[in-house]
Amino acid sequence: MSLLELFESLQYSSLLVAMRSVPWIFPLIASLHLIGLALIGGAVFVVDLRLLGLGLRQQPVASVARDAERWLLFSLAVLLPTGIFQFMCFAATKYYYLTAFWVKLGALTLALMFTFTVRRKVAMTAATRRNPARDKLVAVVSLALWSSVALAGRLIGLP
Amino acid sequence: MSRLVEWLAATPASIALHESHYAYLAVLTVHVLSLCLFVGTAAMLDLRLLGATLQSVRVSEVIARLLPWTLAGFVITIMSGGLLFFAAPVNAYGNVFFRAKMLMLVLAGVNAWVFQHTVYRSVNEWDKYPVPPRMARIAGGLALVLWAALITLGRMIPYQVYWFD
Repeated sequence: MSLLELFESLQYSSLLVAMRSVPWIFPLIASLHLIGLALIGGAVFVVDLRLLGLGLRQQPVASVARDAERWLLFSLAVLLPTGIFQFMCFAATKYYYLTAFWVKLGALTLALMFTFTVRRKVAMTAATRRNPARDKLVAVVSLALWSSVALAGRLIGLP
Repeated sequence: MSRLVEWLAATPASIALHESHYAYLAVLTVHVLSLCLFVGTAAMLDLRLLGATLQSVRVSEVIARLLPWTLAGFVITIMSGGLLFFAAPVNAYGNVFFRAKMLMLVLAGVNAWVFQHTVYRSVNEWDKYPVPPRMARIAGGLALVLWAALITLGRMIPYQVYWFD
């Protein structure tokens, strides 16, 4: 089965056909996705701000990162299923041909890998062994990766 | 009011923005991305009021350190939103979802004002509580519900034609 055929089988699956027949389901799922986007913005931002020496700078980085991680995971639990659903709605007729979609997929993979390996390890480093330059670099890379994800996502939705 | 929006729609700048494909889409993109900063940081603050995050940080510190970022996001979101309205004033003015969205914005403002002038006055007494008192939790929870409603109604604006027209 080719990738296009896989996308076709997703878009024309009986579940998706049934859901497409209800007109308000798509905008509702898209709204949930946007709510998740706002939430992940907050959860990513408080940690990156802290790494930059801004925001909650009187608190240890590790404790801010630990508190934010719960909401990072929560927003991902909202974003991933609602995102996959939107993708399935037009997988074969729109997403397959859309560069912005493949860019988003790539940026998302990188952002997730970076967040849960490098950024997590750096953020959890003990206060005595911190390197401000490294902290700032990690924050800038994180902000750049997540902004790319959001920007490419926005481009997908354009007419 | 409807004459005002008609006059606004007839101004050359409004027509230019309406017809320039890329400028309009750029403003729309800025609107959505600044929303991440605005509602994202506001949500972290509201979650602190609920006692759901940053429990070891004083409430006043969370507000003092994060609110400037929320306000910065708010200014960009309002300005880009204002431009989006300016590009199609008659459509937006007549849109049910747009009107409901503006109502949510006003309610969110009222909620913040009431919080600031009631329970937040005594913040010194509960600043360090991991879970703030009931009135503060209500304000935080209400704000989160209003943000979610605001975003949903905003996303629904283009769908008016399918249901109500």
